[in-house]
Amino acid sequence: MCLAIPGKLVEMSDENGLKMGVVDVNGTKTKACLEYVPEIVPGQYTIVHAGFALKIIDEEEAAESLRLWQELIDSGAFEPDEVPPLPADVL
Amino acid sequence: MKHIDEYRDPALVLRLVEEIGKRAVKCWTIMEICGGQTHSIMRNGLDQLLPPNIDLVHGPGCPVCVTPLETIERALAIAAIPGVILVSFGDMLRVPGSEKDLFMARSEGADVRIVFSPLEALQIARDNPGKEVVFLAVGFETTAPANAMAVRQAAREGVVNFSELVSQVMVPPAMRAILSSPGNLVQGFLAAGHVCAIMGWEEYEPVAEEFGVPIVPAGFEPVDLLDGILKVVEMLEEGRGGVVNAYGRVVSREGNRDARRVMQEVFEVADRPWRGIGVIPKSGLVLRREYARFDAEKRFDVGHIAPQESPLCKSGEVLRGHLKPSDCSAFGRECTPQTPLGATMVSSEGACAAYYRYHRNPFVS
Amino acid sequence: MTEPFSCPLPIQRHETVQMAHGAGGRLSQDLMRRVFAPRFSNCFLDLMDDQAKLDLPSGRIAFTTDTYVVTPCFFPGGTIGTLAVNGTVNDLAVGGSNPLYLSAGFVLEEGFPLDDLERIAESMAVAARNAGVMIVAGDTKVVQKGSCDGIFINTSGIGLLRDDVSLSCRNLKPGDSILLSGSVGDHGMSIMTAREGLSFRSSISSDCASLNRMIAAVLDEVPEVHAMRDPTRGGVAAVLNELAVSSSVGIDIDETAIPVRDEVRGACELLGIDPLHVANEGKLIAVVPAQSAAKALDVMRRFDEGRQAVPVGSVTADHAGMVVMRTAFGSRRIVDLPLGEQLPRIC
Repeated sequence: MCLAIPGKLVEMSDENGLKMGVVDVNGTKTKACLEYVPEIVPGQYTIVHAGFALKIIDEEEAAESLRLWQELIDSGAFEPDEVPPLPADVL
Repeated sequence: MKHIDEYRDPALVLRLVEEIGKRAVKCWTIMEICGGQTHSIMRNGLDQLLPPNIDLVHGPGCPVCVTPLETIERALAIAAIPGVILVSFGDMLRVPGSEKDLFMARSEGADVRIVFSPLEALQIARDNPGKEVVFLAVGFETTAPANAMAVRQAAREGVVNFSELVSQVMVPPAMRAILSSPGNLVQGFLAAGHVCAIMGWEEYEPVAEEFGVPIVPAGFEPVDLLDGILKVVEMLEEGRGGVVNAYGRVVSREGNRDARRVMQEVFEVADRPWRGIGVIPKSGLVLRREYARFDAEKRFDVGHIAPQESPLCKSGEVLRGHLKPSDCSAFGRECTPQTPLGATMVSSEGACAAYYRYHRNPFVS
Repeated sequence: MTEPFSCPLPIQRHETVQMAHGAGGRLSQDLMRRVFAPRFSNCFLDLMDDQAKLDLPSGRIAFTTDTYVVTPCFFPGGTIGTLAVNGTVNDLAVGGSNPLYLSAGFVLEEGFPLDDLERIAESMAVAARNAGVMIVAGDTKVVQKGSCDGIFINTSGIGLLRDDVSLSCRNLKPGDSILLSGSVGDHGMSIMTAREGLSFRSSISSDCASLNRMIAAVLDEVPEVHAMRDPTRGGVAAVLNELAVSSSVGIDIDETAIPVRDEVRGACELLGIDPLHVANEGKLIAVVPAQSAAKALDVMRRFDEGRQAVPVGSVTADHAGMVVMRTAFGSRRIVDLPLGEQLPRIC
């Protein structure tokens, strides 16, 4: 469940007393309620689900994970073009 | 796309697969709780890439699939009342009741509308003061804060023609139910990353400790899922349970405090039936007494609902991880996405639908 | 000095469509003269007969019809009118015929703004000119408010079949190459985001275009093409499945080969929709013998509509009737027929 897509906050406003915003996912902009991410500022990335921004994406955590994974790639003797054989009954 | 493409890198995916292959010495059965994760695994064929000693089973993390038949029937009955606008997420429109679904109800004249957000349902209520607007509030903890906010906002503004038909369920009790059921084969879990974005992972710690299992909150992209599986495998091989977070950029231990606060303000915990599984104690959310006037179940008396499930449908066993969809005798025969017997075939998150769409054996027709 | 009295009834100049515009009398003629005749003008239509009397070169005729009910009727990249013309032109062209003449029937809802109708008619005239076809017959009916959604357009079309080609969905042979003329999902996502204006905004433009000129050029130089289809409703997935079933063959495609514009990808992710299931209105799928693929691609790329043409897969004797996609990771999955209306989901 929980299709929540990461996008960049580009606009903020107020509607009916609720903090609202516009989140940009690769050029498509969606409206999102920002009440659950009160500290968010334009430029930050957030995940949007059912019209609500749920969390500000932690850029440091993301960068750290990517760094660790890069180390994993570098440490492997594995060639990206090698594809493991598929089981016969895959379909 | 930032924060998406990095987690679909083929080189990294294959490297993680290789690493899992190296670490997984014994045979392990791992369940991914969340339907979104099931969908991503199937769509990307990740289960094909895993070594044969890792068995992935699919959990009941599809709020659409587990919405009780009675709730669907109640929604259909309410939609048929003149002057009612029944508003729902798109996912629910094709879920079969005993005889029909909301799509068919619409074609019979019911005013059924699709929204992306419960706040849009509230706007429909503001725009139609002469009508009753009922929002089918389905979801796990990821969606509960949104559904809660709509009710809270309706109360604040005094929007009296808005109500919710609530079918909210929670993950940890389901996990306990699976682990406690006799014949359980699941040894480790990928926890639902976006549920954990809200709830954090602290409530999984007692489960992990009591049952001695690894529970790893994981995301939805191929790299996130494989990284999660790798962490589960590592813990299983080391013989230790516990919670390890594999979705650090979104999940923290306590989750989203603001969201949890509003959820607790509007909802309270209650026992809840899960379609195909039965009642799981303290696994659902209902509106608190202070918000009872927004409860569609109380507002609309639709008489006695006597739902009838198809006797052929084995959704329950699939949801508990006891049966693979392709092993069900009705799979691909009486039960297809066009003629679904149960919700696991209809919902795009449902394991049966995912199997049918992506993995159907061409020799079974 | 007072103005001479002239009876104000009936109102001569309307700004919206009235029931009388469809009744066949004075207002109907006014509508024809104001909106359609000047824009669609050609030697057949100008005669204002009840029927167009056409001279057709000898040979076989292709005939098709389609009705367009899209909402909104204006969207980035086109109108319901451009769809109506290009859609029918393309249906004729993919069967191996040169489109010649179209008819256009309109059902208008009482109250539909005449300015909008003029804009739609204008867009149809432009599309017809670009495609080199004439709109030679038409009809207009008006229905009461609430009986239709603004405007519905039916176009039927005649084309002259080429006798040097034999295109059929039953022609696919193992080894054939599957070619795609460009990016997928543009039209459907343009409509979806235009429709949901309050929840989603995008500048995705429909790819609506006539393909007959490009198709004619391909068939001139590669007459051995086995099949052609335009992936409209149901998207690429629907067309490939239909071809696989009709020819009792399997189709293998490569996920990394299928072009999807960034903006379309973003919109699909947000709505939980698969780009392969999304409608296109200006794209071509051509199935050709493997040795002709390079030539066919070369020809397609000479045209704006085919600038991004690429090979996306091939026909196989395996898994007959099914379409299988190889993912970026080397795994495989079935590409199934979409179920029906693409519903946005939260799950």
